Order: sequence, then C-alpha cells, then structure tokens
Amino acid sequence: MLGGMFTLFFLNVCKLPLPLAIILAVAAATAAGILFERLTIRPLKSPTPLSLIIITIGGSILIRGIAMLVWGKDTHALPSFSGSEPLMIGSATILPQNIWIFGLTAIAIIGNKLFFQYSITGKAMRACAANRRAAGLVGIDVRRMVMFSFAISATLGSLAGIIVAPLTMTSYDVGIMLGLKGFCAAIIGGLSGGVGTVLGGLLLGILESLGAGLVSSGYKDAIAFVILLLILIIRPQGLFGRAQTERV
Amino acid sequence: MKRFLQTTTIALLLLVWASICGASAGTIKIGALFSVSGPPSFLGEPERNTAKMVVDEINALGGIKGRKLELVVYDTQGDATKAVQAANRLIKEDKVVAIIGPSTTGETMAVIPVAEKERVPLISCAAGSKITDPVKKWVFKTAQNDGLAVAKIYEYLNRKKINRIAILTVSDGFGSSGREQLKANAARYGIQIVVDDTYGPKDTDMTAQLTKIRGSQAQAVICWGTNPGPAVIAKNVKQLGIKLPLFMSHGVSSKKFIELAGDAADGIILPSGRVIVADVLPAKDKQKKSLIAFVKDYQKHYRAEGDHFGGHAWDAVMLLKGAIERGGDSPAAIRDQLERTVNFAGIGGIFTYSVADHAGLSKDAFVLVEVKNKDWALVK
Repeated sequence: MLGGMFTLFFLNVCKLPLPLAIILAVAAATAAGILFERLTIRPLKSPTPLSLIIITIGGSILIRGIAMLVWGKDTHALPSFSGSEPLMIGSATILPQNIWIFGLTAIAIIGNKLFFQYSITGKAMRACAANRRAAGLVGIDVRRMVMFSFAISATLGSLAGIIVAPLTMTSYDVGIMLGLKGFCAAIIGGLSGGVGTVLGGLLLGILESLGAGLVSSGYKDAIAFVILLLILIIRPQGLFGRAQTERV
Repeated sequence: MKRFLQTTTIALLLLVWASICGASAGTIKIGALFSVSGPPSFLGEPERNTAKMVVDEINALGGIKGRKLELVVYDTQGDATKAVQAANRLIKEDKVVAIIGPSTTGETMAVIPVAEKERVPLISCAAGSKITDPVKKWVFKTAQNDGLAVAKIYEYLNRKKINRIAILTVSDGFGSSGREQLKANAARYGIQIVVDDTYGPKDTDMTAQLTKIRGSQAQAVICWGTNPGPAVIAKNVKQLGIKLPLFMSHGVSSKKFIELAGDAADGIILPSGRVIVADVLPAKDKQKKSLIAFVKDYQKHYRAEGDHFGGHAWDAVMLLKGAIERGGDSPAAIRDQLERTVNFAGIGGIFTYSVADHAGLSKDAFVLVEVKNKDWALVK
C-alpha cells in the first residue's frame, strides 16, 4: 500500500519520472519500516511473540489511517511500466506488466536466497531467527538484525505493491487480502523456506483461478481459506516442509 | 455565598432555556443521516456537502416563506445500528420535521420502521428498489431504481438485436440487487443470460470469469459494480482480447472510472443520470437548468465535480422545500405534499410521486452514455 501510494505521490505531486518515483517510493517505504521498528518494537522491554503481533497489527491500522487522511479514500491507478497493449502468444494473451511482475519477482526471490545463504548479514539474521540468545552470545547485534528484517520486508512489500499496482490499482486499504493470501501461501509451502512459499503461492493462485472459472467465482476467496484449513489440519508443516522433530 | 450561587444557577438556566427557545422559534429543522465516514463515504460525503450547500442557499435567499432552514446532520458510518440510533435522536431530541437519507439501502431499511412508527417523512438517498416497493406511507426516495438502469440497457440491446448476454456482478448489496434485476427483466426483453458470474468487491483479477465468458455464446457482457472492480474488468477484457461489447452499471458513472480504467474504458456503454453529461444535453431537456445550477454551485463551493450522489441529496432538499412551501412544516403536511409532487425536474430525473409510487422516476431518468476519448458522450 505504502509503495503504491508513495509512487503516486512522487509521480503526480513531485512530477518525477516513473523509474525515479518507484526507487524513491521503495526507499520511503523502507524508511517507514525502519522507523516503525525503532518506535514500536525496539522500546519493548520483554517482547513476547503475542505482543509483537498485536503491536504490528495495531501499527498497520495506524499507518492505514494516516494514509487515508493524507491521500484520501479514493482508488488510484498507476501507469503500466511499458504500455498496456497485450502481447499475443498463440491464443493466450499476456500484459507487459505481467512480464515485469514475473521478472522482478524472480530477481527478488533469487536476491533474497543469495542474501540469506551467502552474506554474513543474511547468515546472522538466520542465526537470530533460530536462537536469539545464542546469536547474541556469539557477537551478533540482534537488535540491528531485527531492524534489518523490518527494512527488508518493507522494501519487498513496497516493491510488490508497486509492481502489481498498474494491474490491481492502489488505495489506502489494499494489501490486507494480499497479506492474508501471502500467509496462506507460506503455510501451504511450509514456513521453512523461501522457495516452498513461492511454490505454495503459485499453487494457491492456480487453484483459486480454476475454482473461480470452473466452480463458482463467488467462492474464490473461500477456496484459498479452505485450502489453508485443510493444510493446517492434514499437514501442518506445509506441503514442502519437513516435519520438525522435537529433540529431548 | 450559597444564595448567590443559587441565584446565578437559576439565572443561567433561564438564559439557556431562553436561548433554546429563541433558536427554535422560526427555524424549520430538517434531519439528515449520511455515511460521511466508513466504507460508503463516497456516497455520504457529497450528499452531506450538497445538502449543506442547498440549505445555505435557501437561507441566503430568505428561507421558506421567511423562515430559515436548519440542517442537523449525523454521520452513520454506513452502519445500520448507528443509523437507527441517529434517526431516533433526530426525531426525539432534535425534533426534526423530516429526515433526508440514509445513504445506503441497508441503513434505509433499518430506519424505515422508526420513521413509520414516529410518523416522520423520510426521503432516502439510496437506490434499492425495495425501499419503496411495497410503498410505505412515510418513505420516499430520490435515487433511481436499479431496474430502470437495467431496462435502459436491455432496450438498447433489443435495438442492436443482441439476445445472448453474460453478466458479471459484484458480490455486495449493489451487485446482487443489479443481478436480481438483470435476471428478472431478461425474459421480458427476450434476452437470455448464458453466463451468470460474480466477483468479490476487493478482487484484483477477473480473468478467470472472463475466460469463461469468452468461451461462451454471449454476444455482450454486462458488468454490475462500483469502483474499482469494473475498472479491473475493463482492463482484463482488453488484456484477454475480448471483442464483445461491454456494458457497465450506473455505479461507475463518474470520471473516476475513466481515470482508473484508462484506455480500456473506451467504447464502454453505461446507463447514467444526467449530471455527468449536463453540458452536452440538448437545451430543451427539462432537467438542464437544475443540473447546470447544481454542477456550478458544487464546483464553486467544494472545487470538485458534483456527482449523482450529491444530486440525490439536492433532490431531497428541494422536494422538501417544495412540500413545505405548499403545505407548511408539520410532518404530516410535508408527507401529503411530497406525495402530490408532480413533474419536479431535479438532478436524478423528473419526479412525480403518487399514492402508489414513492420512487417517482421513469426509465427516462437514465441516459445511455459511452466513453469516448476519456469523456462521456450521449448514445443516440
């Protein structure tokens, strides 16, 4: 949401060209993510997962409210990155924007994978996720890693918001459903790895579209959440996740 | 000291009492329920703005027979419970003589029993046909019935000899009402609905439904929804290379739709009230004078284009004004006079209420418009 709205702001109010507006919007959203972490997560004395979740949900409501007051309640359209004439491939058609989405998503996924697998910071972040205290003991600045993780998720989130905005349009309240569906995809894929989540998302999208086309379009969202429930009941570790064994 | 306090309190109370009496003598209180915030704020905000603007104008010109109007507005936030509470407050505490609004059909249906019980005329700004069908003694409405918009499209299809259609409606109150009307009227115009699909109000991709329509026998697509869904559909239709004529509902007859759909909006035909085409209407059009006045005033006061929703409030205030001018300001007299309104050329159409009809409009309240070069053009 912030990504799309910031892009619009830089594009329309500051009259900047689209690529520059996008870069600035991603930067602004990242800054907002860092600021959010600084102001709400870091001052917390004893962070428990529950309080953290509640704080982030509360924060998201606050940010939505501010965005509504600043930019109004209207839906806005973002121009496509490179024209809106559909490309014909046989009898199928695809919009240039879809190719942009594919490309940028692939780059983001690969970049993420490389970052977490090979860079020192990425490894340090994984260590924090696995065991916060141990990571702190071996000299990793846990608080900085937490900030990094907020920055990364804000960057990726805003980027995603911007690249889909030309197709889906943007307003102050987009993203809630995307967030829920993203959670769905993560659960389906198993929370353990990035690639599983991407595959889970793809699977979810295909099932949804097939369901909408073949069964009834009214149940499109229901399909996603029924799948989520089924997975949680039958295979809680996700389709591609390995079952965790509790070592005693 | 104690005595002094007592006398001051009494004096103050007397002052307050006097000022209340002073304010209420002479003014006519009109209540208004609009969803100024909340999801239907796109209805409530222009409605409130317009109602205030019109009441101010009436007062500036000396009021009704020398008596000023006072508008009491409560925000219902699109919530039926809040609407009922506010309606009770308007009637019992503010002692209004009539109520304008609410903005949505759901809220209106919830407020109707209150108005009927308390015998206060209610002029709803919502579109649902069930508001005045069956007729309720104290309830009127200014927004056009969905059925009239459907009739307008079906007439056009008959002229173009199209008889197999696909409908794609949004799964909210507006869409399901439209869907009912589309299905109920189809047989009368000899039209067959070959695909009947829906989409969610927040959906961002309708290619699945449209792919199904592309593979069907349909000769035209009718989409029923409010922004932003129809804009997505317009884009998806272009993306899939569907060449069928695309019709929309009056739910998107604002410049916002053209802005959102961009080039994909070109060639789309929809029924619409006359506001958006006020300046290109022929001079003999009876509504033209009201329309131009409304659009100009709204532009002057709020630096935005007046829309249909504001128009519903404009009609409601002006209908009330007419009724009060003719019969005085008691709720019962207002109701009787509203029912006798004949040929009032407002924004939504030309109103003629009767004992059997509290909606007051015919299908001529709509014109068909086509999007051409990012603007509206009348379809002949």
